[in-house]
Amino acid sequence: MSMRLLEGSEAIAEAMVGAGCRFFAGYPMTPFTEVLEHMARLLPEAGGVCMNAESELEAIGMAWGAAATGTPAATGSTGQGLSLMQESLAEITLARLPLVVLNMARAQGDYFQATRGGGHGDYRHIVLAPADVAEAVGLVRYAFELTFRWRNPVLVFGDYYLAHTATSVDITEVEAGERDVSWALNGSSGGTGSAKLVSPLGAFKRKNQAGYNLADHYASCAAATTEMTAGVKPIVEAEHTDGAEVVVVAFGTPGRYVRAAVRSLRADGVPVGYVRPVTLYPFPGEAVARACADARAVAVYENNQGQMIDDVRLSVLGRAPVHFIGGLSLDSSGFGIAPDLDVAVLRARIEEVFAR
Amino acid sequence: MTEHEGRNVVPTDRPPEQPATLVRDFTPDLIDVGTHHLCPGCGEPVAMRAALEAVAELGVVQRTIGVFGIGCYTAFSNNLDVEVLQALHGRAPSLATGVKRAKPAAFVFTVQGDGDMVNEGLQEVIHTAARGENVTCIMLNNGVFGETGGHMTATTVIGQRTKNTLEGRNAEDHGHPILLANMLAGIDGSAYVARGAVNNAHNVALTKQMITAAFESQIAGRGFSFVEVLTMCPTGWFIDTTEAPEYLADNLAAVHQIGVLKDVARADA
Repeated sequence: MSMRLLEGSEAIAEAMVGAGCRFFAGYPMTPFTEVLEHMARLLPEAGGVCMNAESELEAIGMAWGAAATGTPAATGSTGQGLSLMQESLAEITLARLPLVVLNMARAQGDYFQATRGGGHGDYRHIVLAPADVAEAVGLVRYAFELTFRWRNPVLVFGDYYLAHTATSVDITEVEAGERDVSWALNGSSGGTGSAKLVSPLGAFKRKNQAGYNLADHYASCAAATTEMTAGVKPIVEAEHTDGAEVVVVAFGTPGRYVRAAVRSLRADGVPVGYVRPVTLYPFPGEAVARACADARAVAVYENNQGQMIDDVRLSVLGRAPVHFIGGLSLDSSGFGIAPDLDVAVLRARIEEVFAR
Repeated sequence: MTEHEGRNVVPTDRPPEQPATLVRDFTPDLIDVGTHHLCPGCGEPVAMRAALEAVAELGVVQRTIGVFGIGCYTAFSNNLDVEVLQALHGRAPSLATGVKRAKPAAFVFTVQGDGDMVNEGLQEVIHTAARGENVTCIMLNNGVFGETGGHMTATTVIGQRTKNTLEGRNAEDHGHPILLANMLAGIDGSAYVARGAVNNAHNVALTKQMITAAFESQIAGRGFSFVEVLTMCPTGWFIDTTEAPEYLADNLAAVHQIGVLKDVARADA
């Protein structure tokens, strides 16, 4: 154990380097900037490379190039920057490359961007949403494991609170498992008749045939996505769901406030429960449905106009009404500081659903 | 065969009686397939051949990673016997940067067109040059989007007819062409910058020399190297294949002038 008092941004950077990340590229934007600063300091010490990219387009491109060499690589930004990266993210997925991507988001309006993807084509990313610094450290390590296991980008969805909250965390380096990078480029297969190809248009050279067969390639990518979606174990945190008449669902930082509000109501004898999806994709639909099985109503809190609520409704499948108790809450900075994240405020909204 | 003035000759006034037979395969060793989907008269295969011959002659085959953009030449990214990383339209210089920084021992070059490099990804190549990134970028410049069927690019010369400049490009409506090699030569960080063409045997040989010099510059670790190659696109220029080499000389090369624009190694000597 090596406990250190660290801000979330530094803990995430330490966790990435500890998980073997040796290439990082980024362009500043609050609250992603703080992670970039720490990577710029940590990676050269670890024998890695941190690139201060000229834009998010360059950042994702550089990370793509490094990832193609089998180097554990990461990039990221804040919502808007991720928007710029979407075209490449879609293609990197079709090129079947491992890459960890951080969205240090402002509030939670990027749920659809993260889980549906803003890019073109038929692809999915694994999405992990930590609620606190310690969980973020664990999920960042897990992200590197998953991205090499499935050769698919993994997105870690954080926010301003996560970046700026200092807590005591264990950042002991963990032994990374064996990573198969037999597909990766280093030049050495040139001239052998079987030179490697890493391409979003095809996974291998079609010997003696000109051009690509996109039908075959897209079908094989779709099969890989299906296998990944079935193979990644959904993670949830749930509390007080036994006998709960109302179950409240939230993700990320707001989940901690909702959990506190539910605990406080339970202490007063109000039968309410709490569920927090940790994997946003694959969405823990079965676990949410189970938690809500006996509820007469489900409430969803998100700091946006209501995005995850679609996935909650798809999980509950009409067995109980699903009410939205969130809404966009920001201070004037727009960074995602939410006046609504107040246990008393959330408790009142849950009580209002309970009273219906 | 038919008799003509006492000699056996192939008649050309009627269809041949037998199909043509391959006398010699001119495909370079590093290209797997001699066939491709490109149009007759296209200059891109000639440029590809020059680049791959240079890779082989410099003895870097087993540490080469080629990064391809999106255009007609993308047809080759699947058929080379060197490792290939396929990029998005415009983004190859950043991918090449990531490859080179992660694997500094690799020999890295990009292949992009004018639509890819100058339209879609201009800032990528400029920043890569300014960083002095030790990679080589090759731009195949035919002044049109060939793959979409002959539309104006940022390098289309004034007066050139394209599908969306039917009366010819004019500066008032369509702006001026960007002379990319000249721009990159003016950037600190570029070590070797040249512009060649493949419209005649002399220029093909010259272009091969330029590509070789650019590659040698990377091998010597001098920083960013760049070769622009003017290529024929008779389909996109709406002319006969036989007219394309001359059209290139009279139009493209009159504006995008052939020559070595910067060579840090020679300046040092």
